[in-house]
Amino acid sequence: MYTDKVMDHFSNPRNVGEIEDANGVGEVGNASCGDIMKIFLKVEDNIIKDVKFKTFGCGAAIATSSMVTEMAIGRTIEEALVLTNEAVAEALDGLPPAKMHCSNLAADALHEAIKNYKEQNS
Amino acid sequence: MKKIYMDNNATTPVKQEVLEAMLPFFREQFGNPSSVHWAGRMVSGAVEKAREQVAELINCSPAEIVFVSCGSEGDNFAIKGTADALKEKGNHIITTSVEHPAVLETCEYLEKNGYDVTYLKVDRDGMLDLEELENAITDKTILLSVMWANNETGNIFPIEEIGKIAKKYKVRFHTDAVQAVGKIPVDVQATNVDLAVISGHKIGAPKGVGALYIRRGTRMTRFMHGGHQERNRRAGTHNVAGIVGLGVASELAKQNMEKDYASVRKLRDKLENGIRELVPEIKLNGHPNPDLRLPNTLNVSFAYIEGESLLLNFDMKGIAASSGSACTSGSLEPSHVMGAMCVDVVLAHSSTRFSLGADNTEEDVDFILQELPPIVQRLREMSPLYNRDSISCDECRVIRRV
Repeated sequence: MYTDKVMDHFSNPRNVGEIEDANGVGEVGNASCGDIMKIFLKVEDNIIKDVKFKTFGCGAAIATSSMVTEMAIGRTIEEALVLTNEAVAEALDGLPPAKMHCSNLAADALHEAIKNYKEQNS
Repeated sequence: MKKIYMDNNATTPVKQEVLEAMLPFFREQFGNPSSVHWAGRMVSGAVEKAREQVAELINCSPAEIVFVSCGSEGDNFAIKGTADALKEKGNHIITTSVEHPAVLETCEYLEKNGYDVTYLKVDRDGMLDLEELENAITDKTILLSVMWANNETGNIFPIEEIGKIAKKYKVRFHTDAVQAVGKIPVDVQATNVDLAVISGHKIGAPKGVGALYIRRGTRMTRFMHGGHQERNRRAGTHNVAGIVGLGVASELAKQNMEKDYASVRKLRDKLENGIRELVPEIKLNGHPNPDLRLPNTLNVSFAYIEGESLLLNFDMKGIAASSGSACTSGSLEPSHVMGAMCVDVVLAHSSTRFSLGADNTEEDVDFILQELPPIVQRLREMSPLYNRDSISCDECRVIRRV
């Protein structure tokens, strides 16, 4: 059902955890649909230096969270803002159709964290 | 890798004796039992023998057994066949909110066609209030449909008591006995059941065969049209090999139930107690008294984590179990059974069912008890809900379906 890349990110998720001195935090999803993703950012000079995540959810939710952290690290805020959920799914060689809507929220969580960073630093 | 199968409420492997009994009916004895010639005669006896074996298991007469293709067909036939046959008498059906979809969706279909359906609630332990059931009966009530045991929690419903109520009000009583048959004694006479459904693949027969018990004299509208098979009650050429398999599986179930399920019960209790000891913040789903649950079923929720990711981790260790999480049900909502029991939505997403079988061993249980706690801990460490001071109202919202 899942691609090898999804299973790789699910079983060895990258960047799990929290950043204590994060300057941007975003959370999306809700418990009733079974997915909550929380992203922590450390932004310096407009560049995302570090990203960590915590996720409650299915295999796709955990794998997309892990993938989005890899895709975001080292990018500028502007570059990160154009990352889409679809691009994250594509980087994982695709997700089962049923998961595209409910569990593919990692880019949204990243954008929420960036929004939070901008609010704190404006 | 070691493979442990604990999803026997979903399906079971075909038993060796069952397979051997079936094999001649694919090649040597291939006839159509409805034919008058030698080829037909060779197999008609086998179908009738199977009918006796199934009847023996649930204590009815062989003439009261109709072979069908699966449990879902049996439930559809029982409910739609009754609704149509008794439409002059009334249009009200009573069932429960925790039935299998084969019953629930059939009732929902009938609602769109002029029938009224009462879905009885269950309490937090997943049990019915029989007073509420009795009060729901009106002079329009034509059918009472209550499962013998619940597939997710294993809860056993008081079928004998419900049968007494059905008899008192002269309301027809249907029970989906798919999960109960072969695991606990099922006696349709003693319980005053009029219609009962059995599925072959839950008891070591193949997929694609089941049986519906129809009490003698019960007026039914045909469900499957086309031929005179099954005394004009169900059309379609007999699935001879499958029916033979169901017969042998029924005979084996009757012979071995007591012995097999005493040891299955011990293993289930060991798993249940082990999980309670080793993993904090869990919730048992179903009746706390293990005597009121099927001896093989354990349903437990692990706070802060989601069921599918738990199952995937189990699968990587060779452990097969199932979950009530939305992600594994194919819908956006977690299990309707957990919802009906008012299980907290986060806990419903992590509800995990272990359904054991006679092939499981003590080593299987030990292996799960060794692997489970670190998997749960790892997923909890990853969860934003774990160690959170407070959960917002929206997050702890209790979901209710129906």
